Amino acid sequence: MTSKNYKRIYVWELPVRIFHWINVLCITVLAATGFIIADPPALLSNREASETFLFGTVRFIHFAAAYIFFFNMILRLYWAFTGNRFANWRAFLPFSRKMRKNFWHVLKIDILLQNEKIHDVKNVSVGHNSVAALSYLALFILALVQVFTGFGLYSANTGWWLPKLFTWVVPLMGGDFIVRTIHHAATWGFILFTLIHVYLVFYHDWLEGRGEVSSMFGGYKFVREERIAKEDIIELKPTQSAGKPAAETAG
Amino acid sequence: MAFERITQETYYESIIRQGYSRRDFMKFATYIAAYMGLETSMIGQVAKSLESTFRIPVIWEHYQECTCCSESFIRSDHPIVSDIILDKISLDYTLTLMAASGHQAEAAKHATMEKYKGQYILCVEGSVPLGDDGNYCCIAGRSAKDLLLEAAEGAKAIIAWGSCACNGCVQAAYPNPTEATPIHKIIKNKPIIKVPGCPPIGEVMAGIIVHLITFDRLPELDNLGRPKAFYAKRVHDSCYRRPYYDAGLFAETFDDQNAREGYCLYKVGCRGPMTYNSCGTIKWNNGVSFPIQSGHGCIGCSEEEFWDNGPFYERLTGLAGFGIESSADTIGKVAAGVVAGGLAVHAIAANMSKRRELKESIRSGKDTEKHFTE
Repeated sequence: MTSKNYKRIYVWELPVRIFHWINVLCITVLAATGFIIADPPALLSNREASETFLFGTVRFIHFAAAYIFFFNMILRLYWAFTGNRFANWRAFLPFSRKMRKNFWHVLKIDILLQNEKIHDVKNVSVGHNSVAALSYLALFILALVQVFTGFGLYSANTGWWLPKLFTWVVPLMGGDFIVRTIHHAATWGFILFTLIHVYLVFYHDWLEGRGEVSSMFGGYKFVREERIAKEDIIELKPTQSAGKPAAETAG
Repeated sequence: MAFERITQETYYESIIRQGYSRRDFMKFATYIAAYMGLETSMIGQVAKSLESTFRIPVIWEHYQECTCCSESFIRSDHPIVSDIILDKISLDYTLTLMAASGHQAEAAKHATMEKYKGQYILCVEGSVPLGDDGNYCCIAGRSAKDLLLEAAEGAKAIIAWGSCACNGCVQAAYPNPTEATPIHKIIKNKPIIKVPGCPPIGEVMAGIIVHLITFDRLPELDNLGRPKAFYAKRVHDSCYRRPYYDAGLFAETFDDQNAREGYCLYKVGCRGPMTYNSCGTIKWNNGVSFPIQSGHGCIGCSEEEFWDNGPFYERLTGLAGFGIESSADTIGKVAAGVVAGGLAVHAIAANMSKRRELKESIRSGKDTEKHFTE
């Protein structure tokens, strides 16, 4: 038996990759500083309080990282409307018939580790598979929870209109206490996500050998030739601009 | 009748009649204007309003409460505060301090409610029990809810004194057996000023009443209905121990060296960073001190559900529904452990289940390697 033929396909565009790694950095910094803020280490110091600003610095880093996290998310949302089909917002809502089918397939084959009798290349996703797509949707909602509760708590300390937009969150929940508890507990959601996410990326790379891990650095994945021949890689169509059909007619 | 008061008297007249000098009066006007956060140029307006305004009739109702609000009020810094509001001027009805009692007291209240319909201020101290048909709190043979609805009907505005009236306080803590309910959940059609705290600071209470007299309108309220002048900032933001917080210097226990040094009480459960009140600036007992200054963390008494928000002496408290001992972190750590264990099992299972697929790709990879030419 000869080796299978693979083609290189450009999946993750540069903005997606930049988003991903900034996001990684922000979440790491936010979780670390967040836990320090929640339960600061015991310090013994001879210095006057006025000479040090340690905890203030930790909080500053937390707030600065939060702003970067937030604007990074905004840029990613923009890219969800302008990027390629794998970055498109539709790829994160796996509720169509085909995507639901893919969901059950991934659940059976990759999560519950059953073996398929006949290997169908169509089942191999090029971008996100449907289970992954759903996990990113959950992560996005989790991020929104952190943005709303975080800026809600922060809004009392600031004069800027942007965090002030979230002032209503605290009265809605009843008070700072419960908002802070939600903000703290949701952090664990990110930690659990990261564990599963990293594991499954390694799992796919190890089993399928299509460059799953390196794709988030270079942007490329390897796809079987037959898979590309089939037009419907994923049922998404590339976004068409309004002017395009006219140009085609002219051509 | 004996309990009928002179109504056509201004605040100033009654203060002078009480034996204060004009100088005392002007001092009071200056003092209260400062507490209300007004400019010095406004002192004249405060004084003028008190000189020319006839008293506003006040009905002060007591429901499920401990009277600490009234206690706080009559112990406020300046003697005129209690005199002006409680004794001389306003009160047509208050169970605790009025001379009349029984049928006379009730008659006085009804007389005020009829005579000044739409003009009087209703002050409510305490929450209203809705459970068991309101039987847990009855005054003069009627339930608190019944009395509140009646009194609120003709009120110009309602002041909800203290955490009981604002959010239910201790009697509304889980499981809230009497269904203690704050005022704003019962009365929807009247402006309500919430003055939370257990009790609220006396000067804050006086400041709000003087604001109503001076400007004839409600003070500016935040989106929880609390006057911004007193509840816009966290206790934390005006705390004199804040530099220790910013430096990361915390008391670990109440009897360690750090506590003796006066370090921040954040780690022993201080609720200052989550509590909106003026304790750090106005303070208590004539500005002598406030809890944090006395070495005890803030318990967040002016915040909703402060009794249910976990132990007062812990920074990280339990999550509702997960038991007392489990904080968010305990649950998170267990979940992370379970997930990590699950992933390890998955990895082993994958090696076994997918061994044929793996062997195949190793074989085909090796095959390609053989055909590799330098």
